[in-house]
Amino acid sequence: MQKSRIRWHIAVFLAPAVLVYTAVMIYPLFNTLRLALFNEVDDQRLFVGLANFRTLFLDPLWSDAFWNALGNNFWFFLIHMLVQNPIGIALAALLSHPRLRFAAFYRTAIFVPTILSFVIVGFAWKLILSPIWGIAPSLLDAVGLGGLFQPWLGKEEYALTTLALVSVWQFVGIPMMLIYAALLSIPEELLEAGEIDGITGMSAFWKIKLPLILPSIGIISILTFVGNFNAFDLIYSAQGALAGPDFATDILGTFLYRTFFGFQLQLGDPYMGSAIASAMFAIILIGVCIYLFGIQTRMRRYQL
Amino acid sequence: MNQARRNPLNMAAMHGALILYTVIALFPVFVILINSLKTRKGIFREPLSLPDAETFSMIGYQTVLRQGDFFLYIQNSLIVTVVSLFLILLFGAMAAFALSEYRFRGNTVMGLYLALGIMIPIRIGTVAILEMMVQAGLVNTLWSLILVYTAQGLPLAVFILSEFMRQVSDDLKNAGRIDGLSEYTIFFRLVLPLVRPAMATVAVFNMIPIWNDLWFPLILAPAEETKTLTLGSQVFIGQFVTDWNAVLSALSMAILPVLILYVIFSRQLIRGITSGAVK
Repeated sequence: MQKSRIRWHIAVFLAPAVLVYTAVMIYPLFNTLRLALFNEVDDQRLFVGLANFRTLFLDPLWSDAFWNALGNNFWFFLIHMLVQNPIGIALAALLSHPRLRFAAFYRTAIFVPTILSFVIVGFAWKLILSPIWGIAPSLLDAVGLGGLFQPWLGKEEYALTTLALVSVWQFVGIPMMLIYAALLSIPEELLEAGEIDGITGMSAFWKIKLPLILPSIGIISILTFVGNFNAFDLIYSAQGALAGPDFATDILGTFLYRTFFGFQLQLGDPYMGSAIASAMFAIILIGVCIYLFGIQTRMRRYQL
Repeated sequence: MNQARRNPLNMAAMHGALILYTVIALFPVFVILINSLKTRKGIFREPLSLPDAETFSMIGYQTVLRQGDFFLYIQNSLIVTVVSLFLILLFGAMAAFALSEYRFRGNTVMGLYLALGIMIPIRIGTVAILEMMVQAGLVNTLWSLILVYTAQGLPLAVFILSEFMRQVSDDLKNAGRIDGLSEYTIFFRLVLPLVRPAMATVAVFNMIPIWNDLWFPLILAPAEETKTLTLGSQVFIGQFVTDWNAVLSALSMAILPVLILYVIFSRQLIRGITSGAVK
């Protein structure tokens, strides 16, 4: 009966979402990839094939900045993987302890930085680490480490790591919450069975819980990857579009912004900007594919 | 129960670690808030003490209110966030209903197509989005931001809402059909009220990134009349770098609305995350 006529209501239900999504997200995405193959010659848009990418990867004027941003971005990601996710997992493991009191309070408080904007986080840490204000040096003095203080954000060798750690401080709440949720879903009987076999405390965590939450760790890794490779706001807020000192904190997001939007005396270049955006797209796509086909399908999932 | 899980020493160590991290998490916010209420002298002499009779001052807030149009920025942020959330929920729920309720050719393909955007950040397409907004004359309007955030929020909204809509009982909907209700009435009157908790989860997930975004306001709507709170405070602080009172007060004014919203919605947010809505 239903099949005899066109069911217009399905189209009506789908249309607004599909139209907005296609027009504002998918079409511009492919248009950006297409623009990367063009350039402007004498005010004319001209098809240049892969020339923009050749410039980006090989021409020293561009490639130095590009490889620098890419390398910095990998370092930024590595710090998140090595610091943010282990801390998040450890906090989640503590919070999920069945007889812990005030767990709701800790959870709410530790998540606070995650809801703040990058602008607030960037400036707040800039002030706290500032040698003019002196909060960081006096705190270090209080624990007897005063000699270690450096104007970290102003030094080329420390600035990127410092900003990555600030970003870790901000986002540790997300892995914490996701792992916490995964840990809560482990049935109590399983842990009790372990206890009977003498597996308790730390070894229960390593031998029973950790294998069970591996899929969630996979998800937070890919979320971190995607988030880091289109990061921009924190670096821009703390160090400006030039990602100082001397481009030491330049990542792909700030490089893209400077290139296509222009800064100071340099005019914006939408074509090279598109080429950088396409490179970012490729990196994110490779990451997502490695996760989907290389990690997710091979990971052993336990039926609970 | 065994010894290790009940050991009071262990428990104390756990609380110690959690308190330490809570202090690390809250300390910067605390320092900013208390120093925004002090005189310049107070800020530099005793940065860690609470404002007292001698150091208390609202001078920073006075500068901020005189120089920056913070109420306009907050209003812009509210308009953008509320309208985007409304459109994400309305369009997302409609599409989710179509995908979960009806069998039609292309259903799976459509679902996958809409899910693409979950993993791919919309920022990659910024160059073409800007070009399009310039052509459409939408640059420096709040609509440009609303459209972008709606498109950005839809994929996850459709994904989460269709999971929930599959759980709505068929008997209820078929009873409605027998009573002669149209498909639209069934959706708006029967199904929407039942998925309200899932809608709240989607709303809370989208609210924070939209409110906090700096990238699109900077590129699509940097004009004074359309600045959002995030962009407005960024520009203001950039101009007043050396006026510490003003900077600290501007930061506090940017923190407070979010903190208040968070206190109101934190249970919803945390329940949303921990109920496994993100898979």
